[in-house]
Amino acid sequence: MAFVHFTPHLRMHVDVRDGEFAGATVAEVLNSAFEVMPTARGYVLDDHGAVRKHVVIFLNSTLIQDRTRQSDAVAPGDRIDVLQALSGG
Amino acid sequence: MRDRGWLGTRKGLFRLQKMNGSWEIADVAFRGHPVSYVFVDPRDGAIYAALNLGHFGAKLHRSDDDGATWTEVAVPVFPEGEGAPTLKQIWSIEAAGPNVDDGLWLGTIPGGLFQSRDRGASWQLNEPLWNHPSRAKWFGGGADEPAIHSICVDPRDPQHVRIAVSCGGVWRTFDGGQTWAIGGIGMRADFMPPDEQMNPEIQDPHLMVQCPADPDTLWVQHHNGIFRSTDGADSWEEVTGLDVSLFGFAVAVHPANPLRAWFVPAIKDEMRIPVDGRLVVTRTDDGGKTGTVLTNGLPAENCYDLVFRHALAIDETGDQLLFGSTTGNAYATENGGDTWTALPWHLPPVYVAKLA
Repeated sequence: MAFVHFTPHLRMHVDVRDGEFAGATVAEVLNSAFEVMPTARGYVLDDHGAVRKHVVIFLNSTLIQDRTRQSDAVAPGDRIDVLQALSGG
Repeated sequence: MRDRGWLGTRKGLFRLQKMNGSWEIADVAFRGHPVSYVFVDPRDGAIYAALNLGHFGAKLHRSDDDGATWTEVAVPVFPEGEGAPTLKQIWSIEAAGPNVDDGLWLGTIPGGLFQSRDRGASWQLNEPLWNHPSRAKWFGGGADEPAIHSICVDPRDPQHVRIAVSCGGVWRTFDGGQTWAIGGIGMRADFMPPDEQMNPEIQDPHLMVQCPADPDTLWVQHHNGIFRSTDGADSWEEVTGLDVSLFGFAVAVHPANPLRAWFVPAIKDEMRIPVDGRLVVTRTDDGGKTGTVLTNGLPAENCYDLVFRHALAIDETGDQLLFGSTTGNAYATENGGDTWTALPWHLPPVYVAKLA
């Protein structure tokens, strides 16, 4: 399980909540989160599953490497932050 | 005469209501967020608001209670594949026929045309247009990618649809979108190399509107000037009889008189500000042979207002118009533009205006 934190900015648009979600990669963890918060998927990922241009995802405070597939490996206890990029604001 | 209006802006959707003869702001939806387009469906009263969230992408919401509450509906999705595009913006929505079951047309940046038959719950890409070989020649105008901003459904036959693309010219279908053919013969693009300037596939119509009473008459405010078609968008005649400037983005046509149309001119195209700092509207009453410069009630100096393509609205009477500008000013008329009222607000930049 990894802890996922969503930017409060996202809560202006969709009902998201932080929490523990299962998965061995960032993509798997996000998928677990989107199973219970399906509307959030289209706000974080684009039509084809890549991280939106003006969204950033940190894994343990480091930007993820694979914005296209989010294949970065996740270990139990890791923290994922889904934030808005300053480039979009 | 309509007593309800809408201004979609960079910071929200303003619902306007006329009270005792004066426009008031009745409500603001999506406060703080960019509203790229608004469509009020005349068939069922539904209101569609397209958002273009800076971080989280293009979204679409529908209201079935006159804007009191909103429900997020689906957005179009482009097909997977190598170099597959992503949705950047929803930029036009129109009823696809007289009945709700006829569905909706929707145009996007990049230049995709979609159809929904379930009030926006799902969208299908129009593949015949998407796969048309000419689409490879389209390019962005004012945006990085091509854009479908104008959809005109013929009220006599909803299978007959005309669209305009920046920059991809004017297209027609007679079979509800199964096949498409280029129109736009006669349009001119000075921004292209000499051999390509008359190529209809690369023209930049900023907006195309259709006269409801005479659907074979269409007007285009083009990057290079003003054009009028009287044969249903096949061929176009350049209109040169209006003063001030022939550059602009917006155009409105009278619902019953195909010879009468309005424009909001600006200095082309490197500057895009009013000529001599004076905000004016131009109107022709004779199909573009001559024009009238309308100034009464509009500011005469120190103006930097530009009116975007969807930001000039007209109602069914043809007497009432409403427009909003990039500097957040809004103006209304009830006499075809002979006199204008400056609305006493300081709005965000206005992207779209509607009287509906």
